[in-house]
Amino acid sequence: MDTTQLGHNVPLTERAYRIRRNAVLMGEVQGQGYIGQALDIADVLAVSYFHALRYRPEDPHWEGRDRFLLSNGHYAIALYAALIEAGIVPAEELETYGSDDSRLPMSGMAAYTPGMEMSGGSLGLGLSIAVGIALGLKRKASDNRVYTLFSDGELDEGSVWEAIMSAAHYKLDNLIGIVDVNNQQADGPSTQVMTFEPLVDKLEAFGWFVQRVDGNDMDAVVAAFDAARDHPEPKPRMIVCDTRMGKGVPFLEAREKNHFIRVDAHEWKLALDALDAGRTA
Amino acid sequence: MSTAATATAAAAKPRLKTSAMIASIAGEGQRTKPAPFGHALVELAKARPEIVGLTADLAKYTDLHIFAQANPGRFYQMGMAEQLLMGAASGLAHEGFMPFVTTYAVFASRRAYDFVHQTIAEENRNVKIACALPGLTSGYGPSHQAAEDLALMRAMPNMVVIDPCDALEIEQAVPAMAAHQGPVYMRLLRGNVPLVLDEYDYTFELGKAKRLRDGADVLVISSGIMTMRALEVAKALEADKVGVAVLHVPTIKPLDTEAILAEAGRSGRMVVVAENHTVIGGLGEAVAGTLLRAGVVPSAFRQIGLPDEFLKAGALPTLHDLYGISTDAMVASIKGWL
Repeated sequence: MDTTQLGHNVPLTERAYRIRRNAVLMGEVQGQGYIGQALDIADVLAVSYFHALRYRPEDPHWEGRDRFLLSNGHYAIALYAALIEAGIVPAEELETYGSDDSRLPMSGMAAYTPGMEMSGGSLGLGLSIAVGIALGLKRKASDNRVYTLFSDGELDEGSVWEAIMSAAHYKLDNLIGIVDVNNQQADGPSTQVMTFEPLVDKLEAFGWFVQRVDGNDMDAVVAAFDAARDHPEPKPRMIVCDTRMGKGVPFLEAREKNHFIRVDAHEWKLALDALDAGRTA
Repeated sequence: MSTAATATAAAAKPRLKTSAMIASIAGEGQRTKPAPFGHALVELAKARPEIVGLTADLAKYTDLHIFAQANPGRFYQMGMAEQLLMGAASGLAHEGFMPFVTTYAVFASRRAYDFVHQTIAEENRNVKIACALPGLTSGYGPSHQAAEDLALMRAMPNMVVIDPCDALEIEQAVPAMAAHQGPVYMRLLRGNVPLVLDEYDYTFELGKAKRLRDGADVLVISSGIMTMRALEVAKALEADKVGVAVLHVPTIKPLDTEAILAEAGRSGRMVVVAENHTVIGGLGEAVAGTLLRAGVVPSAFRQIGLPDEFLKAGALPTLHDLYGISTDAMVASIKGWL
């Protein structure tokens, strides 16, 4: 079974809710985690895994799959949440997150987890690997695509721009970059740590087809993924997603923004309640 | 001294050239073969369609241009971007291809270290990295002198490390690299590469050290071009009735500890490890650790290698004399130690 045959009877908003819920449950296991990022990127992951990507849950190495690279390895908590919802990782492994001998380590690594295509963590690696995968897919005359999620902080890394330049040089129209602009990195707001705006202009000048959307607007994200897929020009595609840290849990959205959002022990339950409250909204 | 006399003296001693990006490490009159890496890769690629070649603006300087000319559709120019080079190679390997990646040793080991570490070694990708200007084979200065490449590469889990001696060994190492599943780093000699080992009935085997000659007084354990030098040293010391055995260790990792212990364990011989590399973290310390862990204590243990300092710019023969890795300097050192 691949996702082209999956019934699309579950709304993407429900998928995103379940991804957020899985992530909060994992955060509760460790009592910490990059939960702010997981909540902000859940909508993008819902669209990726339940609208855009082709894959077979029971066969993560299926040659006909679209590749999804997690460059920002600390977002693993979010990707695990999506992989669980997609049936690639069994739901019962959720409670092993970050524990000894778990297949779900805190930072995503290729050797550990089904569906994890690369080892992230050291930031700025993903797009370079994606360039090689995109070249490889073209060598094989494959019509699959490689999606790469990375963070706005990674734009500080010079290697990211090496990859951006080369993807345009090689006309990698099978490469779709997704940059999460949540405007938070370790030392503060990303735009203050190192100015990367005007991002769309820069990427267009580098030869990419670029869209900028509200990454928490499901319809907008779906439209952007569709346009990235269907765009006729032989250019790599970038979707710049402006997102809100802690999205879906109002008290976390309102909390003083931080790369690593503090969540007190009693608040995990409150976070789940908040997600439930927003579920039908 | 008069101006005329100075001019005469200068004319009498020809000025050695720095020859920054040397076309050949060969000594005068030495037998050579042109571009053994490039030709061996072309040959291998005929039988292995999964092989692709990538470089970072150094195809011509790593002999990869020969592969590129023979297989233009299998060659990727990644520009002067070594991090991208390694990441893209990882991606191609992810898709089942076998990338042969070339650049200078300094750039692979220093500039792109994290990319080699994380995208290739940690993910155990089937990427073959072949790097020119290893150790002190450029007079250009520290920017191009990879004095520490072996230390850096051998510190990485999964990485196989090869330091070949001559053209014959490079030709044989290329298919051996491909036969090994996983990442490999090979030091590359480019251009007209000396041909030495064909006189020693030699065959490269990955992970194997080979004794090229025996001798009763000194055991030289060496890799790369230092084996070439060690063989010359052995011949030179014959005149002084000093018997020099040479154990060639082209695979720095995994190290052939069995052969090293067997040879070093033979009593009465001084052990000299000779390497075109800083004395920190290379073959010398690898051998020393091997001997200590096994409780094998030779009559003496010495290292010939590059000092722990930023090396000078200048003509290569001058620098090899200065740092003690020329044949003459090695002969003098060993005589002094005996």
